[in-house]
Order: sequence, then C-alpha cells, then structure tokens
Amino acid sequence: MSIIFLLILFSLILAIAFLFAFIWSVKDGQFDDNYTPSVRILFDDEKQNNLNTKEEL
Amino acid sequence: MIFVSYCLNMQKVIETDIKCYHCGEPCVDEIIRVGEKQFCCEGCKLVYEILNENNLCTYYNFNETPGISPSKKNVDKRFAYLDEASVKSKLLQFSDGNTASLTFFIPQMHCSSCIWLLENLNRINDSILRSRVDFMRKEVQIFYKENTFSLRKLVELLSTIGYEPQINLDDLEKNKKQKKDRSAVYRIGVAGFCFGNIMLFSFPGYFSLADSTEKHYGNVFNYLNLVLSLPVLFYCSAPFFRFAFQSLKQKFLNIDVPIALGIFIMFVRSSYEIISATGAGYMDTMAGLTFFMLLGRQFQNKTYDTLSFDRDYKSFFPISVMVKRNGSETSIPVSDIKVGERIIIRNEELIPADSILIKGEASIDYSFVTGESASVYKKAGELLYAGGKQKGPAIEMEVVKQVEQSYLTQLWNNDAYVKKQTQSGFQQLVNRISHYFTIVILGIALASLAYWIYFGHPEIGWNAFTAVLIIACPCALAISSPFTLGNILRIFGRNKFYLKNYAVIEKLAKADSIVFDKTGTLTTNDRSDVAFHGELSENNKYLISSATFHSYHPLSRMIYEQTKGERRGKVSDYTEFSGKGYLVVVDGLIIKIGSASFVKGKTSMGDETEVHISVSDNYLGYFSFKNVYRPGVDAMIASLRNEKYSLYVISGDHAGEMGKLKALCGEDSMILFEQTPADKLTFIQDLQKHGKNVLMIGDGLNDAGALRQADVGISVADNVNNFSPACDAIIDAQKLKSLSNILNVSKASKKIIYGSFIIALIYNAFGLYFAVRGELSPLFAAILMPISSVTIISFTTLLSKWMGRNRNE
Repeated sequence: MSIIFLLILFSLILAIAFLFAFIWSVKDGQFDDNYTPSVRILFDDEKQNNLNTKEEL
Repeated sequence: MIFVSYCLNMQKVIETDIKCYHCGEPCVDEIIRVGEKQFCCEGCKLVYEILNENNLCTYYNFNETPGISPSKKNVDKRFAYLDEASVKSKLLQFSDGNTASLTFFIPQMHCSSCIWLLENLNRINDSILRSRVDFMRKEVQIFYKENTFSLRKLVELLSTIGYEPQINLDDLEKNKKQKKDRSAVYRIGVAGFCFGNIMLFSFPGYFSLADSTEKHYGNVFNYLNLVLSLPVLFYCSAPFFRFAFQSLKQKFLNIDVPIALGIFIMFVRSSYEIISATGAGYMDTMAGLTFFMLLGRQFQNKTYDTLSFDRDYKSFFPISVMVKRNGSETSIPVSDIKVGERIIIRNEELIPADSILIKGEASIDYSFVTGESASVYKKAGELLYAGGKQKGPAIEMEVVKQVEQSYLTQLWNNDAYVKKQTQSGFQQLVNRISHYFTIVILGIALASLAYWIYFGHPEIGWNAFTAVLIIACPCALAISSPFTLGNILRIFGRNKFYLKNYAVIEKLAKADSIVFDKTGTLTTNDRSDVAFHGELSENNKYLISSATFHSYHPLSRMIYEQTKGERRGKVSDYTEFSGKGYLVVVDGLIIKIGSASFVKGKTSMGDETEVHISVSDNYLGYFSFKNVYRPGVDAMIASLRNEKYSLYVISGDHAGEMGKLKALCGEDSMILFEQTPADKLTFIQDLQKHGKNVLMIGDGLNDAGALRQADVGISVADNVNNFSPACDAIIDAQKLKSLSNILNVSKASKKIIYGSFIIALIYNAFGLYFAVRGELSPLFAAILMPISSVTIISFTTLLSKWMGRNRNE
C-alpha cells in the first residue's frame, strides 16, 4: 500500500501542472474577452463559398 | 414570378419611406440605385460596391442594414498626420519593418456583422494579415504589412467602409500604463485547485478509512490538506482580511469581518487538530468557503460592469444637436454624431463633444465642468471642450472626438449640482442594518459556543460557532438594492428615460404631487398651426429667419422653419431675456422677438400662444401658435388622477387654456398662468412647505430653477439640446405619456427590494436555527451562502425585468 505515496505525488504534480497552464493562459489574455468568441464561432468558413456569394449587379 | 416582382417593385415605389440597403436610414435627399437595391448616399453605395467586389456580401446576412454611413468628409488630407514617424511610433504596438500591429478603438461597431467584417479585412486588401475584434471594448487589433501598406492608408480604408477609428494621441499614454488586473481570476483558480484537491485528500477521512487501515496514512492526508490550505489562507482570502482590517480601523463592521473571522478560526482550529493528531480539521470547508465567496464576488462585479457598460453605450442620452449634413441642417441625437461633422450650437446649448470652433463668436460658459460661470472667449481654430455652454449667437464647430456619454453623466452628477442627499435611502438603511447585523451575529456565535462548551460538547460548539459565522450573510442585503436599481435604470434607459443615478428611482417612488409646465411639456411644438398676423415682406422674412436661427426655443425654431430662405444675415449681437424674449442685431438692425409685453409694452388678450416681432422698434406683427397637446397626455393625466396624485400646471403663457386644462386635470387642481421663472420656483417651495413631495416636469427652458428646487425634476427632451443639469432625469418627449407607468415601476421596485430583504432575513433565520443547534455542517453552510447570494440576485433581476416588460411598451 505504500505505493499510494507515489500515486499521491504524481497526481499532485499533474494537478499543479494544470494550475500553471491555467495561470499562464489567463496571463496571456485568453480569458479577457468572453463575449466575442461566442459570436465568432457562429461565422461560416468562407473558403468553399467564395464563388457563390458574388451577387449580380 | 416576373409579375409578382413587378408588383413588389410597384409597392416599393408607392412607399414614401425608402430605406437605404446599407445603413437603414430613410433616403431623404437622393436615392441611388444599384440593381434592385437603394442607397441613401454615395458613401453607402461605395461601401456596398467594395464589399461586393471582395465577396463580402455575407456582411448583410447577419443583421438587417448593419452598415454605418461613412463620414461625408473627404478622406484625402484628413489622415495625413499618420504619415509622421512620431505619430506612428505612438500608435503602433509592434513594428519590425515588415509587419506592424496596433489596436484601434472603433465605437461604431454594434453587431455581429461588424465583427465579421472587421475580422475579414484581409479580404479587402492583401496587405492586411489578420485582425481580431474585442467587441466589449470596441477594439480591433490589426496586423498588416508595413512595407506595402501605410498606417494612413489603413485608417483611410476603415473610414471609407464606415468604421473610422477614433484616434486620440493623448489617451494612448494613459491606456498603455493601465495593466490588466487579473488577480481575482488567479485567486479563484488557485482556490478552486486547492479546494478540489483538499476534498479528494479528505475522502479517507469522510469514509473513515484511515481508522480502519493504518493510522499514519490518515496523517499524511491531513498534512497534505494543511499544506494545500496555506495558499488559500495567505493568497486567496487576502482580500477579505484586508477589507476586514480596513473597516475595523474605522470602527465599523462590514460584511467581510465575519467571513474573515470564520476563515481564520477554521484554519487555526484545523491546524491545531491536525498537528496534535486529534482530528481531521475543516480544511475542506475553509477552502470551499473561500472559493465560493470569490466566485460570488466575481459574479457581482461582472454584472455591475455590464450594467454600467449598457448605460454608457446603449442607454439613450436624449439630447439632440443640429448638424450640417448633405448641405442641409438637421437635428440628430447626440449618440449619432461622427467625428469630423460640423455641428451648430446655439445660445444656452451644451457642447456634447470636444470640437474645434470654425465660425462665429464663442463665449463659453464652463460652469457645468468647472463650477465657474465666467464665460471664456474663444476664437476660430481653438478647441472647445465638451460640457461647455454657448452664450451668444450660434456657432459652428467641427467635432474632433466622439461623444462620451459617461463623461457627460459624470458632469451631471458633479458636486456643483448635488441636491440635499444623493445616497439613496436604501443604501443608508442597508449600511445601518449591516453594521448591527454583524454585531448580532458575532454575539450569537459566541453565545452558542459558550453554551455548548458549558454543556460539555466543545466540538459541537466549534461547529456551531463557525457555521453561524458563515451562514449569516448580510451580503444579500447589500447586493439586492444596487442590483434592482441598476436593472431598473437600464430598463428605463432602453425606454428613453435617462436618470442621473440610482437615488432618483427612490425619489420617484416617494413623490405625491406632480407639477407640469405647459408649453413644450404638455403641448408639442412640432405640429402647431403657425400663422402670421401682419405684413411679412421678403426682407422681413430674411431678417426674422436670421434672428430666430440663433435661438433654441421651440417657438423660434418653428418660426425659423416658416421663414427660412437661402441666405442668413450677419448677427452681431444676441441677448436673451429669460421668460420674455430676445434681442438680436442683424445687419445692424435691432430685432425684438418675444411676448407682447416685451415687444409692444402691453399684454395681449388672445387665447393662442403669440410671438411678437419688431424691427428697429417698428412693430411688425405677431406669429400665433395653436396649442397642440401631445398624443397620450389625456390618458396619462387620467391615470395619474386615478393614482391619487395632486396635479398642478404652471405656465408662463396667458390663461387661454384654462378651461381645457381644468377639464384635463380635474376641477380641484391648481392651474396658474403668467408665471415667471421665479414664480415657478416659489410655487414649488410653497408646496414643499406644506409637506408635499414634488415631482416637476418641464422642458428646462424657463424652469431650471424650479426643476432644481423640486424633489425630483424631469426635463422633457424634444429634438432640442437644452440640457439642464439641475434636473434629475431626462425623458424623450414621445415617452412622456408613459409617465404613469414609470412612477408605478419605481414604486414596485421598492417592493422588490423589501421583498428580497425579507427573503434574506428568512433564509438567515432558518440557517441560524440549524447552525446554533450544531446540526449544520460548516461545509454545507459554505455552499449555501453564495447560493443565497445568487438566488437573491436572480430574484431581483428577473422580477425587475418582468416588471419592466409588463409596464412599458
């Protein structure tokens, strides 16, 4: 059962790694704007539609 | 199909209101057609063509008429200053000779189409590499190739498609120094991390596994918890301790004191238990409490931010300004002013945005901004700051900075115009309650601790002590008032009723007497029948129109509309006599315009509103205006009578309308005529001496003093820029008929706040009952507390939204 100490150690290290990833992404500014991504995700990928959207003048 | 589309086309021709396909404005002066689409101007058509050429017509798919009409000013020379190296270095965030990047502030963006277009700029010009929008801050960051595309060309491009950035070199200095404060998010992250892991390590404790297997395993987990709780105590809960200390220093107990105390006690007690191996401690509760409290605070702050953002950008600030567009002069709301436009400011009108003086003699009164009423003389080419009032003939200016509604509201709330007390009665009540609340809670906590120790169960005692401290939360009391009022403020703003601050809502609820001004408030100045009694030669028309142009009084504006021609004379002097009339010198001739007593020397006996004119003391005649009451006024007054308000009408006009007004307001209401501005003020004072709570509604022209004296002063805005800082609220003239609804909503908001107080108290009472008996685990209390905050916020928000929807159109 003493393996449990090793397991605890590894799990803690993994968790701390995630915490640092979180702090790093906040510092990088990824969580500053939480409105625009919600709009941006609804835009279509235009590459296929290029030829079709030009309207007749 | 052809037949059907022919019919549809016919329908379009019959429609009198053709809207521009790009910007949605009615095509008034010219209609430019491209295929089946109409545009109101060359600018809109040009934008459409640019988008079409680059396959960007998806822009129009997201929203109806998402476009912004580009500024009429030519782009040619305007942005020449962007070629200078010093300017570029200030603006660019990054530059390495090849690629450059910078962030523009573009307040015109208002919808998803704008976001889409601004992020697809690279399709209009290959030199633009990529762009990213931050919609909440109205900013776009653009990366472009410096060597093939200059900064100036980039700004010119943006301006041509209607998204001209607002470039202010002074502001940039300030912005660069403001670093983002993300510490709240870090704290939540760390607290969440510790909380989760502590709970995991407490599992053996929960399931009593440590006892059945080997003891020292249990100890390891406990010590791990202890270690993990250290960052929670020292880093995450630091704000609570800081605020608690600050309030204690001021001999005041705010809501952070019991929380800080609770956290500290739990830490000490748990560490003692762990180190002395007598138990597992409450680290999970402590970390959980901190985590949930931080979340609750963050939620609160975000909601406040949204409310104030709404107020700045979406609320209707109902001041209009005369602007020169397409060669003619029109009135537009202040929020529609674009940088570079020419605006005309008349006597007593407010300058809405920083502008450069182009024509006219400016004598600006900055009392609104600085408190000093000495006028400052300015010459052409000088910069005039927002907030100043022109005293004298009309001047023409070019806007150099976008209107900042928040700045104007700030000025409005300035000390110089503060009446009696601005802190809402609710706020004071809440502060008092919080203070006593905390003392009472501490007392109960200590009492229950003592009780349990006395009866021999110290563990239950400590449980009870910490549970009481946690569960009793006055935070619900503290947040329900600002949240409800903030929401109501926002709802009002969307319905064209703009309040100075929260406290006004409460004052509206308290009012019991309503005083109306007649001209311009109950009557509309739009659609009167204007007739001239006398000789009106062409020369006289020219003189009269030149004179009336400079006055913002609605009657003058109507006279101007009737008499205006191609030219206007040169005005060398302009003096206004409040309540009587004004004197203008046009081309050397003295023109008097005003009431009969002002112009002729004797009062008139007619029953219509009259404006008399004389040129060089030769009496010309007078204009008569039929009183036209605003639609919906009778219904509004009837419902006010139903609600048992005392109604009064005071007017500077003569008594012709007495019969009509008596019928409208009731036989027992007081209707006074021929009132000077001073008379109006004393009338209100008299009412107040009799213990009445007075709500005054006027158009701010001759009743500024009365508006200030009244308990609540509402000024009616009707396409006019006569902002009177003495008023507490501005209502759009079209919405005046909703006055009864507005008062009901204000009264209902009081009920909502009391309702949430009661819910908070009931919740506290229940929680305390169980906590004192030791039956409430502190962890459970820690989770319940922020849930109660969230419930109260949702309760007040939803209820005020529902109420707002119900009572307004």
